[in-house]
Amino acid sequence: MFYREAGDFSTSYPEDSQTFPIKFDRYRYYLVLFIAIVVIPFFINDYWVNSLFLPFLIYAIAAIGLNILVGYCGQVSLGTGGFMAVGAYACYKLMTSFPDVSMVILVLLSGLITALVGVIFGLPSLRIKGFYLAVATLAAQFFLVWLFNRVPWFYNYSASGQISAPERTFFGIEITGPNTQAWATYLFCLMFVIASAYVARNLTRGSMGRKWMAIRDMDIAAEIIGVNPLRAKLTAFAVSSFFIGISGALFFAIYLGAVEVGEVFGIQKSFLVLFMIIIGGLGSIFGSFAGAAFLVLLPVALKIVGVDWLDWPTDIVAHLQLVIVGGLIIVFLIAEPHGLAQLWRVAKEKLRLWPFPH
Amino acid sequence: MKLKLTTLALGAALAAGPAMAELVFPSLSYRTGPYAANGIPFADGYADYFTLLNERDGGIGGEPIRMIECETGYNTEKGVECYESTKGEGALVYQPLSTGITYQLIPKATADGIPVHSMGYGRTSAKDGSVFKNIFNYPANYWDGASVAIKHLLDINGGSLEGKKIALVYHNSAYGKEPIRTLEELSKKHGFELSLLPVDHPGQEQKSQWLQIRREKPDNVIMYGWGVMNQVAIQEAANIRYPMDQFIGIWWSGSENDVRPAGDKANGYKALTFHNVGDDFPVFADIKKFVVDAGKAAGAGDQIGTALYNRGLYAAMLAAEAAKTAQKIHSTKALTPAQMRDGMEALEITEAKMAGLGLPNFGPEFTVSCENHGGNGLVAVSQWDAAADSWSLITEYVQSDQDVLKPLIAEDAAAFAAESGITPGC
Repeated sequence: MFYREAGDFSTSYPEDSQTFPIKFDRYRYYLVLFIAIVVIPFFINDYWVNSLFLPFLIYAIAAIGLNILVGYCGQVSLGTGGFMAVGAYACYKLMTSFPDVSMVILVLLSGLITALVGVIFGLPSLRIKGFYLAVATLAAQFFLVWLFNRVPWFYNYSASGQISAPERTFFGIEITGPNTQAWATYLFCLMFVIASAYVARNLTRGSMGRKWMAIRDMDIAAEIIGVNPLRAKLTAFAVSSFFIGISGALFFAIYLGAVEVGEVFGIQKSFLVLFMIIIGGLGSIFGSFAGAAFLVLLPVALKIVGVDWLDWPTDIVAHLQLVIVGGLIIVFLIAEPHGLAQLWRVAKEKLRLWPFPH
Repeated sequence: MKLKLTTLALGAALAAGPAMAELVFPSLSYRTGPYAANGIPFADGYADYFTLLNERDGGIGGEPIRMIECETGYNTEKGVECYESTKGEGALVYQPLSTGITYQLIPKATADGIPVHSMGYGRTSAKDGSVFKNIFNYPANYWDGASVAIKHLLDINGGSLEGKKIALVYHNSAYGKEPIRTLEELSKKHGFELSLLPVDHPGQEQKSQWLQIRREKPDNVIMYGWGVMNQVAIQEAANIRYPMDQFIGIWWSGSENDVRPAGDKANGYKALTFHNVGDDFPVFADIKKFVVDAGKAAGAGDQIGTALYNRGLYAAMLAAEAAKTAQKIHSTKALTPAQMRDGMEALEITEAKMAGLGLPNFGPEFTVSCENHGGNGLVAVSQWDAAADSWSLITEYVQSDQDVLKPLIAEDAAAFAAESGITPGC
């Protein structure tokens, strides 16, 4: 009834090709943006920001990045943790070398450095595919973590081998270090999330995204119709790594503040982000958000229900969490292999016909 | 979005917690994951001592204790989540039992004015209280451990380590890397050759490290391990027939759970400790009476008297004594984190005090002051007797080499102060 194209007339081409062609969707999108930008900052405290919002926002960027590579271009990657580490260490080195440069520029530069590293590790994708490529990117994961552990230059020769973010401000407001305000870090990350999602959405709708999808669906056919696989695959690696690098930089500088590469950017991180896009939906920007939200919020929600409400022992809840998350992944893969994004798509289709389905 | 709203509602319900008429001690424990074998006994000891105080004395100074347990899985992100979710409940002191989480909490807790007690772990230079105002690491730290291990080796080698080879097998993390600087200084001073063998998290795979030990034949091996890494290392050492009495672990590599899997072959393995071992203390009778027999023991209740249980108990005891001191200083019963910090800084542990608590001769005496947040660095060596299935102390408490450590601590603390813009001062 409300959710339909009818009566929504486009009078120009840009209007016709906008991301949300349905009016209801568009207003919902503006409403979400309004709540995220204007309402939430007034209500969050340290707990909300550090336990839910920051991890959700940062993982969403990482999931968008990985989704471009895996979901849109079909290149399986297990190197996400390693690439996030590149972003984090690049950010640390830049922060300590150029204390006066704005954090926004440093985070973007960290993304560019990661993009470069991503392209280098993406080169094997020109020769190998599928599982073999997954193994090659796994090598990137282990090599990068080993490198950051091994070469003291990366952690400025600190005795503990940890990197910790010095205090930095953005327009006079502290955004890194211990004395930050919840709303400041939240808005800073939100800014990157909105920009990333906007750029990613429009890249994937444009000619570049079509080339990626052509490569994903059948690389030989794509080559025959004139898609250059070298450029398509390497741009996918570059763009994907760029977003992952940004997420790594934010993860280190804004969220954790101190990082130890082996623990924080280990292989589990690669799997976590991969699970996010599998559960959320491969090849969907909304799916990246849904998957990140699911895997960040679920453990916290289970903990609140199990430990705080039901008063169960913490170890039982922690184990139960593994069982439930694992079980849900299996259920999802069987019941809805296209992830939460597909559920969302189906819901929208049904909503178009509501309340008079055929 | 719907999911987010639900959790928002969940959180709102959570935020409306009970009134703060109690002394809140969060326990950031880990009973799951590759470090659970070591995390469980510590968490049990920590919980049982507070239960004992509640049941027997009605809390500390008449004020009941509320311990909030939060599972970190030895994972930094979960540790942050635990910190944020418990600090609003009036948490008095954090003991995260993880060097990684401690590093994470040092700036946060300092900004929030909540003390952190990293007992025998964390950042060593936190001993310098003029810089690390809210961080305490009494009674001993990693560098003390490294120094006392070398002192012990000097003792058994007739006072000279000239030309000896010593290998450090360490957890490749902030924790394991801590002693390297100290050991390098000591190797210069005593003329031994140091080789470094990092083991990556979680430490299940150590074949190459021990192959290297087999090839290089170091005279001694020092280990800074934790969790499953300890068991694997001791098993591997047994497999290459490395003489166990030449193998010394830090206190985090010296629990029953670490040596038992290797069976008789682990006999003679040495580990450092900064408190006594065994359950031959009067307080254990009270724990049995008020906690175990009342069915209030934490966990499975099967860890009582083990090395790490005792350490958890010791940690809780030091926290309770600091709370008592704080109550005395501020002549109040309900405490704030800032008052607790003052209590910790004025803490004085004497033999008479420990005996009064049913823990005679349990640990070294020490006094905390603003300049010294780290105690005196008194450490003893214990040895595992596989036949008797128990640890026993084989040395007195020995003080670490202050000539070497003091400049190192001052240097590292000054670096931290410069880095984070703190003006040191008492």
